[in-house]
Amino acid sequence: MSDLAPNRDPKRSFQDMILTLHDFWSVQGCLILQPYDMRMGAGTFHTATTLRALGPEPWKAAFVQPCRRPTDGRYGENPNRLQHYYQYQVILKPSPPDIQELYLESLRVIGVDPLRHDIRFVEDDWESPTLGAWGLGWEVWCDGMEVTQFTYFQQMGGFDCKPVAGELTYGLERLAMYIQGVDNVYDLAFNSAGVSYGDVFLENERQMSKWNFEVADTAALFDLFGKAEAECRNCLAHDVPIAAYEQAVEASHVFNLLQARGVISVQERASYMGRVRDLARASCEKYAEQMAPGWQAKYPEWSL
Amino acid sequence: MPDFLLELRCEEIPARMQAGARVELERLFLREMEAAGVAVGDLTVWSTPRRLALIARGLPDATQAVSEEAKGPPEGAPDAAIEGFCRKNGVTRELLSLRDVKGRNTWFAVIEKPGRATRALLAEAIPAIIRDFSWPKSQRWGAASLSTESLRWVRPLSGIVAILGEELVDCAIDGIASGYATHGHRFHCPGEITIGGAADYQEKLRACHVIVDHEERAALIREGAHKVAADAGLTLVEDEGLVIENAGLTEWPVPLLGRFDEAFLDVPPEVIQLTARVNQKYFVCTSPLPLAGGAGGGPDPGMDSRGAPTPNPSRKREGDLANAFVCTANITAADPAVVVDGNRKVLAARLSDARFFWEQDLRKSLEEHAKGLERITFHEKLGTVADKAQRVAKLARWLCEEGIVKSGVPAQAGTSGGEAPGGTRSQPALGLTQAELADLAEQAALLCKADLVTEMVGEFPELQGLMGGYYARAEGLPDEVADAIRDHYKPVGQGDDVPTAPVTVAVSLADKLDTLVGFFVIKERPTGSKDPFALRRAAIGIIELILRNKLRVELDYATARAGNLISRFNEKRIGADANCEWVSEHLSEELFRAVPNFLADRLKVQQREAGVRHDLIDAVFALGGEDDLVRLLARVKALQGFITTEDGANLLAGYKRAANILKKEDWHGVEGEISRTGEEDPLAGVDDPDLAPVIAAKMSERHARELSHTPEPAEAALIDALDAAEPRAIAAIEAEDFAAAMSALASLRAPIDHFFDEVTVNAPQESVRASRLDLLARFRAAVHKVADFSQIEG
Repeated sequence: MSDLAPNRDPKRSFQDMILTLHDFWSVQGCLILQPYDMRMGAGTFHTATTLRALGPEPWKAAFVQPCRRPTDGRYGENPNRLQHYYQYQVILKPSPPDIQELYLESLRVIGVDPLRHDIRFVEDDWESPTLGAWGLGWEVWCDGMEVTQFTYFQQMGGFDCKPVAGELTYGLERLAMYIQGVDNVYDLAFNSAGVSYGDVFLENERQMSKWNFEVADTAALFDLFGKAEAECRNCLAHDVPIAAYEQAVEASHVFNLLQARGVISVQERASYMGRVRDLARASCEKYAEQMAPGWQAKYPEWSL
Repeated sequence: MPDFLLELRCEEIPARMQAGARVELERLFLREMEAAGVAVGDLTVWSTPRRLALIARGLPDATQAVSEEAKGPPEGAPDAAIEGFCRKNGVTRELLSLRDVKGRNTWFAVIEKPGRATRALLAEAIPAIIRDFSWPKSQRWGAASLSTESLRWVRPLSGIVAILGEELVDCAIDGIASGYATHGHRFHCPGEITIGGAADYQEKLRACHVIVDHEERAALIREGAHKVAADAGLTLVEDEGLVIENAGLTEWPVPLLGRFDEAFLDVPPEVIQLTARVNQKYFVCTSPLPLAGGAGGGPDPGMDSRGAPTPNPSRKREGDLANAFVCTANITAADPAVVVDGNRKVLAARLSDARFFWEQDLRKSLEEHAKGLERITFHEKLGTVADKAQRVAKLARWLCEEGIVKSGVPAQAGTSGGEAPGGTRSQPALGLTQAELADLAEQAALLCKADLVTEMVGEFPELQGLMGGYYARAEGLPDEVADAIRDHYKPVGQGDDVPTAPVTVAVSLADKLDTLVGFFVIKERPTGSKDPFALRRAAIGIIELILRNKLRVELDYATARAGNLISRFNEKRIGADANCEWVSEHLSEELFRAVPNFLADRLKVQQREAGVRHDLIDAVFALGGEDDLVRLLARVKALQGFITTEDGANLLAGYKRAANILKKEDWHGVEGEISRTGEEDPLAGVDDPDLAPVIAAKMSERHARELSHTPEPAEAALIDALDAAEPRAIAAIEAEDFAAAMSALASLRAPIDHFFDEVTVNAPQESVRASRLDLLARFRAAVHKVADFSQIEG
């Protein structure tokens, strides 16, 4: 039993840092979820964030979400940029009064001492036209480096958030580089047994950068985009908005890949973004409308 | 007379909103106190990222009791009316008194309003202030946000301190109750602290690592940043905006100096400064002395003008950017080196991105970059940016070939076009022929937008132009071309440098003309406050270029030329046949008036703002038909000089008198008389073969009559003076010697004064009267050759 007791070393191990965050937020009453099994650009796309931000019911969750940003790929040659990286998401609804203190405490447990490091909350409002969402908040600086995006959601899918959720998005690699004191992401210790981040991901970055920028079949991507769009409409027509939302997420990522391949002109760009936005918003709207009667039954004073 | 302290504590307020919030807090507090009848004297408002504080010194303990009188119905009025009056004023009938009002006995009520305790008034005022507070952006939060009616604040509101003297002002809003407790510095002093009142507030916070006075923090940053730079042997590049921003980001500011890798200094200094300032809020520093270990060891290696691809070859000179930054921490760090090192890493990552962009961009020539402009839409109806660049190039060439922009314009000191950042530029454009000038202008114009598609400008849009200039120089293009690319957006707004280098002037003017005319052609003109394409700014740019360089350009002609280029572009777009129709609709006569009129209007506004009397501007503009802005303005200036002299003032008086008489007599001269034929247009019949002889006869008759009396001496003198002054004024105006034109007018002053003194205009004899009125009309017309004096005030 005692052999299994956690002996975490978040200052020297990437995975221990993640596990320590899990421990911390689990104690705070969060569900510890697993990543959404789709390619997406940010943890906010996880249904545990977007769809759960809608409606009156309380919700607390924390999870790691792998994020894909095809245009940020640098073939493994840049010490700071990756086309695939991890975000740690915490969503607390309604936002608790001590959310800033909880957040700062989570930094302490992974080894950031606020009297050694200069922690600052710098205005950075968040807006996702794709999701019809916006919120106010900050980017949190640690010695001048942005380590977390901190947002109070005000609208999602075009609906007012009632109540408001607080969302924390930690940039895990940046934070780990900071805590471990390394200048190159690939030098991060992934565990305490000598495996580095580079051992795990360097080859992936090389190959995926090449695929994103040079190889991906653009005709097939255009086709995929169209199919995701059509399937999303099909799902909406059959009242399965969660399935529709997945297709919107898919279309969004395919669009990012097309961008990386450089085959979308400036003029077309706006039109594609508009199409993705329409899908995502329609899915959120359908979801909210479908759930609203149940929500209202539980919270009679609440309305969409 | 107790002091009042109010602190509204919340999560971090954006730095940019704090100044406005202080004003808002003061405004609402004064509004509430005025409404409550509390006199407010000395008021102090402070802000930090986590609190707004207000101290009002010497408030009264209570408001004064007031006794007010209300006039009621007259004696003997029905009971119901009197009782109604009592109810309304809250008094009983016995308390009414009778008084005489204009001989009638009338009931009066005396209402005693007791004074109220200030503390109670404040308790009501605070929730009202919070509720009415206006933030640029505000939010809801927490469990209460289940309803959209919940309280809004810039970020979640967390506490209220409200103390009058030493007593708590009891109030609450949305579950947040006032108290004595606040918080000190988030990390240095995380617990609660208890405030006694206004007197100990500032010092108690200071003891808890919070400097609540924003100006004190700004001063600490200003002085501290200078000091850390000076300690390192460097000079801080002052930036008051950064001082204020950092003061808004900290409660306990500690400026710290760090160094970055000197190799980054290869990147243009503007890029480094912008990266440091915008992304990281860091100050930068310059080296006051040559750094040791420069190439060759000499004090200044004397960089060669061409060949060196580094944009900043002279970086080892005095006054150049040093490899240092100053960040402002919000803590007294256990080990400041740790904080500095973290910041250094972040800046290094940013600078290595910038250097990556710089190197990537240098791999292609500007001409290659320019091909990317074909993918950027300038405006749906005006084509891509590449199309625009083509038009600008042709227009710039034309401006040179027409001699509108001349190579001989001497570049004047103190404006752009002189020295390049590297200090390598020397050759003035004076040696160019017009043909060479036209070639360079065309070349620069074709490349001037190319940097829009570079990585660097994608990252820092505010570097457009500047980066193009660097890239042009790095690939060895002529300095005139590089300068023109760099400066062709200028002047941007009032007070910006106005280019004087001929190539730059040609490109800048062509660019703005194309924009202005283009949007006028497609009927996207500014209306009211709406000017989405910034055409007013473009117009001001055109005006400043013209005036500064004394360019002689007929605006309708230039408009036609720019319009023609747009039509040729359009022909490619929609085909020749469709274009014919398009041209007749879009390139009408109206356009050739509208653009010059728009420019004239902007000139008026600009001159008014520059302090020129608007009536004098109107007096010259009212003449119409003038679209040479240089000439227009010279005339306004001469008029201003003249009208302030004694001659000018008297002539104006004489003019007004003449004009008044003409108006009163409804005198329209000979033509006016002809209007009695009954035609709406007085000269409508003039070409009529039947009527012509009649008119001719009538005209000669009138003419004969004009000469039929012997003029009085003063009358004759005025005629002589006009005979002399008119040709002089006309000749002077043609020679654009407006001062001489004014002095020709000045010669009329004595004769007109005399005329009014000595001559009766309304002579009994009709023919004499007519000829004298004609003489006044002639005088008025002569004055109008210079300016419309009827527009001048005074």
